[in-house]
Amino acid sequence: MTVTFPQKGLPWLLLLPQLLVTAIFFLWPAEQALEQAFYQEDAFGLSREFIGLENFADLFTDPLYYQSMLTTLVFSFSVAIVGMSLALLLAVMADRIIRGKLAYQTLLIWPYAVAPALAGVLWWILFDPSMGPIALWLKSAGINWNHYLDGNQAMILVVIASTWKQISYNFLFFLAGLQAVPRSLIEAAAIDGASPFKRFWTIVFPLLSPTTFFLLVVNLVYAFFETFGVIDATTKGGPGQSTTTLVYKVFDDGFVGLDLGGSAAQSVVLMAIVGLMTVIQFRFIERKVQYS
Amino acid sequence: MHNLKLASVVVGLSIASSGFAATEIEWWHAMGGANGEKVNEIAKAFNDSQDAYEVKPVYKGNYTETMTSAIAAFRAKQQPAIVQVFEVGTASMMAAKGAIYPVYKLMRESGQAFDESAYLSAVTGYYTNSDGQMLSMPFNSSTPVLYYNKDLFKKAGISQAPKTWQEVETTAKKLQASGVSCGFTTAWQSWVQLENLSARHNVPFASMDNGFGGLKTELKFNGPLQVAHVEKMGEWQKNGIFSYSGRTNDGAAKFYSQECAMFTESSAGYAGIKRNAKFDFGVAELPYWEGKVKQPSNTIIGGASLWVLQGHSKEEYKGVASFLSYLSSASVQADWHQFSGYLPITKAAYDLTKGQGFYAANPGTETGVIQMTTGTPTGNTKGLRLGNFVQIRGIIDEALESVWSGDVDAQTALNTAVERGNTQLRKFEKTND
Repeated sequence: MTVTFPQKGLPWLLLLPQLLVTAIFFLWPAEQALEQAFYQEDAFGLSREFIGLENFADLFTDPLYYQSMLTTLVFSFSVAIVGMSLALLLAVMADRIIRGKLAYQTLLIWPYAVAPALAGVLWWILFDPSMGPIALWLKSAGINWNHYLDGNQAMILVVIASTWKQISYNFLFFLAGLQAVPRSLIEAAAIDGASPFKRFWTIVFPLLSPTTFFLLVVNLVYAFFETFGVIDATTKGGPGQSTTTLVYKVFDDGFVGLDLGGSAAQSVVLMAIVGLMTVIQFRFIERKVQYS
Repeated sequence: MHNLKLASVVVGLSIASSGFAATEIEWWHAMGGANGEKVNEIAKAFNDSQDAYEVKPVYKGNYTETMTSAIAAFRAKQQPAIVQVFEVGTASMMAAKGAIYPVYKLMRESGQAFDESAYLSAVTGYYTNSDGQMLSMPFNSSTPVLYYNKDLFKKAGISQAPKTWQEVETTAKKLQASGVSCGFTTAWQSWVQLENLSARHNVPFASMDNGFGGLKTELKFNGPLQVAHVEKMGEWQKNGIFSYSGRTNDGAAKFYSQECAMFTESSAGYAGIKRNAKFDFGVAELPYWEGKVKQPSNTIIGGASLWVLQGHSKEEYKGVASFLSYLSSASVQADWHQFSGYLPITKAAYDLTKGQGFYAANPGTETGVIQMTTGTPTGNTKGLRLGNFVQIRGIIDEALESVWSGDVDAQTALNTAVERGNTQLRKFEKTND
């Protein structure tokens, strides 16, 4: 079915704000990054030299860059999977609450309003090896928490800090998805004697699949692009390179190290990776999605 | 008609006021908290002292943020007249010849009296060119010292602060025997445990006088002294003599909580330690390895200096010059030094502070100054001038962490760091040649 407008101009006019936002905040910077990636430039922009693919060659001959890719994959999928499972669990529980529903929902959505860097600082304090309450509690439970030295613990910390605020976002979508599941289907299944567990996995979850798929894409994009603030506030990519994700490297080399060409090349690679991943998701995973 | 009169009065007034209006000078800085308030106070005092210029300090976030915003502003032609840049940004600023207005030149061209010999060479040396001319004005400089918990020392029956790293080891063992879990921790590991370690023993951190000789410099911190020190610290990390606490100065928490009895940190950390330590503490010079050097050399500085940027009017630069002179006057310097714990930048400020009895009343505050000014700085102790130094510090942090966690031995870790760091230096050389 196609919606038709009487004039040709109106649809464009309605699209204009969004197109402008996309052009100014995405297309233009992306084009700049693409151009920058082929140049070597000093920080002040006083001299600029075209160096072809050298920035890219530097990246792909650096074994640490591949390691950073691996780190990013582990990090991003952990953030997406942990964030989505917890949000789904919370949404299912919040959906069943009868009294004080609004209070619960509001509180669960709240963390989304916290800026990433603040979320980072918050978790950094909670897990500080010498005075953080959680670290001290872990110590008393026999786990020696020191994310300054232990790369795996540092990874767990950045995953927790990055996931925490994303749970709210996921929760909101899952809750809306759950509320859209027709009661009659669930009731019919209940009459047929299906257990709550079975009802969830065979009826509710498949009906949630468009939401789940959408969230998977959004969460991966979030983990790939928007988490440098959290990482900067908690581990600064360390210890060693154990929490240096691709986007943190872009931020660190570009904004801290002022290597604009190198950083631009990295962001172009990052853009390509996320583009590729999104295509893969749409081609292969979306087939399993049931749009009612 | 009436309106016209009014208008002409308004125009006349505005012309008159613009004739008297002070020339504004923007100063971007990275001093938060109490130091930030002090910066405002200094600017206000200068503004009150004369009518021609008005200095406007603007807090721009931490060092990195301040430098990045100044550079972004320069690219957009909106740069401030003065910007505070941390020491690791020095090489980048120096190399940007079209963007900076060297301080010695500014002073000369604005007819401001400027005697470079009045400054402490150990401080200004970091910011001079190969002809000994000052490119930027040192503002807040510090140097690493050893803080120790006197109460814990007393409990363990130790009467003196360790002078050498050998003594640090024996002291830490005694402390541990008395129930202290950690001997020492450090802030800014690359600066304290590698850069200043090298300076203290008069060995090069990089070739060509640590980069002062030119852009072709190569890193040298994988020498026997540095490897031995890092190896020892890796061993100490295992038995608790040393406890790693992160790349910045988060280790302070371990010192405050009395988990660690000693702490190597910037002399400018004094005020924070004084406020937070619920125990009696002392300040000692940064230890050295007995047998590796006869007389330990001066340490090098950290902190930041003020750079003047191009693109402003003659009138503004006159104001900048007069403000920088005001800033380095003995009374302003002495006040800033005593308030913040940063080093004085002129001999006069040092003498004034001494004369006021400040050091006698606040034991430990002079340690950094003495350590800085003993002996004449050599090519290995004048400072470091390395391009892409921010990245190199990051590389060093990674290497050291891999040693502390026991993954890699010291020699391999430092070799890798030197190799990776040299790649950064070559990249900088290529961009700025």
